[in-house]
Amino acid sequence: MYTLPNKLKVFAIVFMVVGAIGMISGFLFAPSTTEEVKEMMAGHHEEGHGDTHSMEADTHGEGHGDVKEEAHGGEDAHYEHVLHQMQNRPWSALYIASFFFFMIALGVLAFYAIQYAAQAGWSPVLFRVMEGITAYLPVASVILFVLLLLSAFHVNHIFHWMDPELVNPESDHYDELIAGKSGFLNVPFFLIRAAIFLAGWNLYRYFSRKNSIADDTAEDNRYYKKNFKISAGFLVFFIVTESIMSWDWIMSFDPHWFSTLFGWYVFAGMMVCAVTVIALVTIVLKSQGYLEYVNDSHIHDLAKFMFGFSIFWTYLWFSQFMLIWYADIPEEVTYFVTRIEDYKIPFFGMLAMNFIFPVLLLMNSDYKRMNWFVVMTGIVILLGHYVDVFNMVMPATVGTSWFIGLPEIGSMLFFFGLFVLVVFTALTKAPLLAKNNPLIKESKHFHY
Amino acid sequence: MASKVIHAIYNDDDILMNAVKAVRNEHYHIEEVYTPFPVHGLDKAMGLADTRIAITSFLYGLVGLSVAIVMMNYIMIEDWPQNIGGKPSFSYIENMPAFVPIMFELTVFFAAHLMVITFYMRSKLWPFKKAENPDVRTTDDHFLMAIDAGNNDIEKVSKFLVATGAIEISLIENDDEH
Repeated sequence: MYTLPNKLKVFAIVFMVVGAIGMISGFLFAPSTTEEVKEMMAGHHEEGHGDTHSMEADTHGEGHGDVKEEAHGGEDAHYEHVLHQMQNRPWSALYIASFFFFMIALGVLAFYAIQYAAQAGWSPVLFRVMEGITAYLPVASVILFVLLLLSAFHVNHIFHWMDPELVNPESDHYDELIAGKSGFLNVPFFLIRAAIFLAGWNLYRYFSRKNSIADDTAEDNRYYKKNFKISAGFLVFFIVTESIMSWDWIMSFDPHWFSTLFGWYVFAGMMVCAVTVIALVTIVLKSQGYLEYVNDSHIHDLAKFMFGFSIFWTYLWFSQFMLIWYADIPEEVTYFVTRIEDYKIPFFGMLAMNFIFPVLLLMNSDYKRMNWFVVMTGIVILLGHYVDVFNMVMPATVGTSWFIGLPEIGSMLFFFGLFVLVVFTALTKAPLLAKNNPLIKESKHFHY
Repeated sequence: MASKVIHAIYNDDDILMNAVKAVRNEHYHIEEVYTPFPVHGLDKAMGLADTRIAITSFLYGLVGLSVAIVMMNYIMIEDWPQNIGGKPSFSYIENMPAFVPIMFELTVFFAAHLMVITFYMRSKLWPFKKAENPDVRTTDDHFLMAIDAGNNDIEKVSKFLVATGAIEISLIENDDEH
């Protein structure tokens, strides 16, 4: 049995506290009136430093790159627009960080189900690690659902399309495109879908974990067979709901824009992060002297998945980008125009972090077996995919008023701390070896 | 000079693997092992040096990438400038997304084909070459280990090989090759 080291617990709680301070100050510093926005911008011009960033980006961001209909020009309208962006920023930062760690837990759950459904022989020694990580799923689901509810009840305005004015034909703000999509994209149906998806995933997580624990003391393979069946069923449910989830929770930030492979794209990013986190948690546990049966071939296999899914992610990223770039249809191309003009560094930086870096570092077979190499690449991959989610959300919610500052870093630290605390606490709840799994012997002897 | 080689035949890959390890423990020299299919881990058990084909593959990939870039730049930008996707910029870098599939394909093409050709040359294989396997059963379901008899006592080696699970042992004297 694993015992949670006190140091790790303190470490996680410190992260949560520091993160919470960052997050709260992000909310406190957000302006509440246009006067404050003017003051902040004026103050910035007097100081003339580049570090108060958000305004700086705005001075040249004016008048382009904005897909929302609010940009009528006119000074007051402009300040009000900036005000909305700056008010959205702490919420978006919170949403991105919360979604990022949610996506890791969900990705690990899908990976776990694949291992069961495929009856993979190499991975059963890692099952308890995966189960530990998916223990974060219920926590993350509650947080995410609360955030969606807050948006639905107009506590924040990060989901632009939720504004009822947009679908009201009488209103000045009537938006024909969004009204046309309102059969699918309306608040009640959106929440119902979210509830069904989250419930489905959490049910699978609950029963698979229960069967896996029961299997430890079982005399036959009854629970293993049950898990095999529900895993196969879950995967069918997952691939449909994951796709719709990505439209709902991410693509709908840009309600005019659409991409048919968006679900796959989000899925690829999710899987890279999931495998990376499995590898990192495994290496941490191994370094503490646990997981005696995990050898460097298991790490090698995880690193191969990190490498492979990084390329898969790039492939989908490029497939989406190239078709839109080539066709050059205004309603599609705005998505990338905004990102390349206003988000140049995160947009291209992410490609280096998520593609070039892992490809070059993990290409050599020997490097995939060196823990510090896998850890180093893993950290860059995770940061890169955070930036990827950042790029998917921020341009639509805060436009040019973006920066990676207090709210963003604070939210990341908070959720990182929470994730570590929940995952490592869950690891103490069951033996780290699923000892009665019929494939466990093969997994113990796995070598490449 | 004539050299003596002992051919030991096995009928199972697990037994063969253990036999290879045992033979190496006794410091007999294994000249070659003939198998009907690739046996996982056999190269490590025999103590063969790691393959360097991965390095050549990487280099060939870089060659392919360079060929693609130079070729597309000449064809689409310099020799007959093309208006690509309604964006007549006539610059390679600005039209790069359109060339990425070609760059990718030629990287893979060069890496794969040149790697196969390298493998053939390194293994001294060419069309109409006479097969080198000493026993045709190794192309079906038997495994053959060729051990250099050297100055060892043939009788002793044979007994040892039988103990490792060999089903058939023969002594071959060849005076042409060595």
